[in-house]
Amino acid sequence: MKISLNKKILDKNDECAIQNNEFFADNDVLCLNVISSPGSGKTTTLSRTILDLAGEVKIAVIEGDIRTDTDAQKIRATGASAVQIETKGSCHLSAQQVTGALTAIPAAEMDVIFIENVGNLVCPSDFALGEKLRVVVLSVPEGDDKPIKYPGTFAKADVILINKIDLIDYIDFSLERVIADIRVVNDKAKIFQLSATTGEGMENWYNWLRAEIQKS
Amino acid sequence: MHETMVAQSIFESIQELADEHNARAIEATVSCGQFNPINDDVLNFAFDLIAKGTPCDGMKLNIKHIPLAANCKQCGVKFDYDVYKPGCPECNSMEFDFNEDAPLLLEDIELEPMK
Repeated sequence: MKISLNKKILDKNDECAIQNNEFFADNDVLCLNVISSPGSGKTTTLSRTILDLAGEVKIAVIEGDIRTDTDAQKIRATGASAVQIETKGSCHLSAQQVTGALTAIPAAEMDVIFIENVGNLVCPSDFALGEKLRVVVLSVPEGDDKPIKYPGTFAKADVILINKIDLIDYIDFSLERVIADIRVVNDKAKIFQLSATTGEGMENWYNWLRAEIQKS
Repeated sequence: MHETMVAQSIFESIQELADEHNARAIEATVSCGQFNPINDDVLNFAFDLIAKGTPCDGMKLNIKHIPLAANCKQCGVKFDYDVYKPGCPECNSMEFDFNEDAPLLLEDIELEPMK
């Protein structure tokens, strides 16, 4: 007996992501899922954003890592609230894990909740977490071949931050190539060049963030 | 390496149906697109492990990779986009429009009544 289903795989994750998404909308908070390689500077970018926008934008962070709460500690050092999810081996966050973490965040008091995904340019892109938008961070030292090697992640980004732009003179990295390769799979994403260490270019990212908070 | 979660998700759906029909699963077809590709070997390996000793034990898994249709903005040619060889096959342009990529789907399953 053959049964035709055409059922979405990972639908349990997707159903849970829809619930998370409704939760964020009900609490009037903008949720952003931040995806990148390990070491691209996600935590540094978020820490600087929290400090620079202190008093203006209320931000909380859900941190995803395989092990340790190092990143959550770094975020808490800025004064913001952070919840660490230790995936204990899993290479990406799931919507269910985010639902669990949300109980530890005063979401209604926040303007923005960042979910910093496990550092990985492959798997996180297949799992919706309930975010409104996706941020992908690519840092200059990783090399300019990343968008063409990991097209799935870049195709689904709403914003792409090219971080550590202060190092571009020291590394063989073609900005033109990166942007052209991104545009092959994604002609809509906003692309910002910045350095979370020196602060260069951060204002463009903040302005985008401010505009999205207004919309949400 | 998200294939283990995909395998688990497929398994749960099939198991539920097999139980409902008091049957065992013989064959199932899943499909994926170009931006959510599945590694066939890894998915088969994971599914076989999960299915051991269940009504899905020994089930054949067919994995279809659905092409992604693209339209070249330069020369207008229609072609199947290849993630590993991007570029228009006619004029090499890197500017094109995509159709929607295929989702991860469990298309159908074949059941056999329990003996």
